[in-house]
Amino acid sequence: MPESIIELQGVYRHFKKGREVVPVLQDINFTVNKLEFLCLVGESGCGKTTTGKIICGLLPPSSGTIRFEGQDIDDLRGAERRRHRRSVQIIHQDPYASLNPTQTVNEMLSYPLLAHRLVNGRRGAENRVNELLDLVDLTPVEDFVDKYPHQLSGGQRQRVSIARALTTEPSVIVADESVSMVDVSIRIGLLQMMMDLRDRLDVTIVFITHDLALAKYFAWDGRIGVMYLGRLVEIGATQQIIAAPQHPYTKVLLSAIPEPDPQKTRSKQHIQLRSEDIPRLTELPPGCSFHPRCPWYVPGACDIAVPQLALPPQAIVDSEVACIPLQRGDELVLHDA
Amino acid sequence: MSALSPEIVLRVDDLSIVYRTERGDVRATNHVSFELKRGEAMALIGESGSGKTTISLALIRKLPKNAVVTSGQILYQRENRVQDVLGLSRRQLRSFRWNDCAMVFQGAQNAFNPVLKIRKQFEDTARAHGWTDKGAIRKRALSLLELVRLDPERVYDSFPHELSGGMKQRTLLALGVLLNPQVVILDEPTTALDILTQRAIIDVLNDMQRQLLFSIIFISHDLSLAAEMADTVATVYAGEIVEIGGVDEIFYRSLHPYTYGLLTSVPTLEHAQDVLQSIPGSPPNLIAPPSGCKFHPRCSFASDQCQLESPLLQLDDETHLAACWHKDRLLASRKEGV
Repeated sequence: MPESIIELQGVYRHFKKGREVVPVLQDINFTVNKLEFLCLVGESGCGKTTTGKIICGLLPPSSGTIRFEGQDIDDLRGAERRRHRRSVQIIHQDPYASLNPTQTVNEMLSYPLLAHRLVNGRRGAENRVNELLDLVDLTPVEDFVDKYPHQLSGGQRQRVSIARALTTEPSVIVADESVSMVDVSIRIGLLQMMMDLRDRLDVTIVFITHDLALAKYFAWDGRIGVMYLGRLVEIGATQQIIAAPQHPYTKVLLSAIPEPDPQKTRSKQHIQLRSEDIPRLTELPPGCSFHPRCPWYVPGACDIAVPQLALPPQAIVDSEVACIPLQRGDELVLHDA
Repeated sequence: MSALSPEIVLRVDDLSIVYRTERGDVRATNHVSFELKRGEAMALIGESGSGKTTISLALIRKLPKNAVVTSGQILYQRENRVQDVLGLSRRQLRSFRWNDCAMVFQGAQNAFNPVLKIRKQFEDTARAHGWTDKGAIRKRALSLLELVRLDPERVYDSFPHELSGGMKQRTLLALGVLLNPQVVILDEPTTALDILTQRAIIDVLNDMQRQLLFSIIFISHDLSLAAEMADTVATVYAGEIVEIGGVDEIFYRSLHPYTYGLLTSVPTLEHAQDVLQSIPGSPPNLIAPPSGCKFHPRCSFASDQCQLESPLLQLDDETHLAACWHKDRLLASRKEGV
């Protein structure tokens, strides 16, 4: 049994927008296991970033529980709370916006070290900053310590963001679209470096992305959770999700994405949606929120009850899905578009 | 003016563009040449800052004020009449844009005037180009909106804010081809759209091109999109086209180390683990680019010759060209399975 490090239980999050209440997350339940690679994927507005912020404790849930190493983070006080803060870090999407333009690399990295008293004085901070820059391959270190963000390229900035997340020796890092603003040719290098960090520093990484191919690469030995309109609709081992997607939304998504191979992508079968309109979060359809678009929609079932995430009875793979026909063991029947 | 073979709609010859900035001259386009055939879809692929957008803006003469074209010509052919786009007068240019060559910019969300109905924006465009009959405009507009799989009547009478991002993008495609241009330039047509919306846009574009037979130049950093939509692919690096060829040639038999490097750095969705590699280093500064081949500091095949002499891509009868001194070495290394 893998050891869990983060556990989300019945997490809801609403935002108020004028008089409207926007349900951004509804009934999110999942566990992040220690040292696994977990990817959360989904389209814009599905709630993946909000989930990431909630994991980090940057945003409280409207209701529900978040456990870190078995403890409800809401119950943590004093030193324990500070330890949680140090242990769970985030790397934001945009390295142009997330670094303070008026601070040098050295200032940015030594501040948390000194604030959390993780090093002995300036001298200790200096040594640790050098170690961190070395860890994220910003070498020779002397060339980078005194640079301001504007003197660095996008890829270098993102390496500084990663080094900053590592200052507090976290056990969990949430990487929110952390390579999507970086050029294609250097993206994989960054990703590989983050993957190495797990083995070198024993850190668990939750990777949030809209790019399923990237998720597949990153979490090949891990798991993928697919989100749609504020709910987790499928979660399972990456290789199973890619080879045998179960939830209709995952199937449609995988069939829609072009491949970087002309012959394969041109012969790929695309599953047609019943509707291309994405429902607004404030006007979610009753029942399963994918049913108005779902090509396998079963009238009288999908439009009534909200499906819960569970392992279907006759499943051939052990992915959990939130789909009523699948959980009833029905054969999915494709509607004509 | 030199004769163009009849199937060519656009021929760019030795185009160079410099941006004058306070920090110095940015050489954004260097000796770029290519031909676009009737009905062809060409992808310009490359990373941000490689000069893809500069090339496409030059084609419709929409470059920013600080840009100077330092060499080259852009020949456009319609019904056996050849014009140099760079030599068009202001009046000719107004007619050329949209009638002959239309551009759909990145970020459709912001391309419409938010206070005018879609109908008004179609009518304004048509009238500015000499159409007077509102009924005829409406008929053409509705048929195009139907072609992009929208509910024509509803969309035509909507304000932009009443449409979703994907609907706006499709409406913009319909507006782009309203005047029946021969060439349509698409700047990152699917970036910033959701996956399922992207799929709808790709399908719509394929339909449109099949029915209306225009040529497409599209700019993208997404290799998968190029693989799916393009007939021809041109790789742009540091303001130069470093490789150009048929889509299969580029993806299966690339000759330039940069193209090859890009291809080996994109993950796939196949049911097997990807073996990927980044290109070391980062794209060059175009104010002071490296000597010789601009890719040499990042290239594992680089030799002394690459540092000194710049390999040029010259159009000839070959269909697959690469600006590289060591094509044979890339081919050899791939045969060995490195």
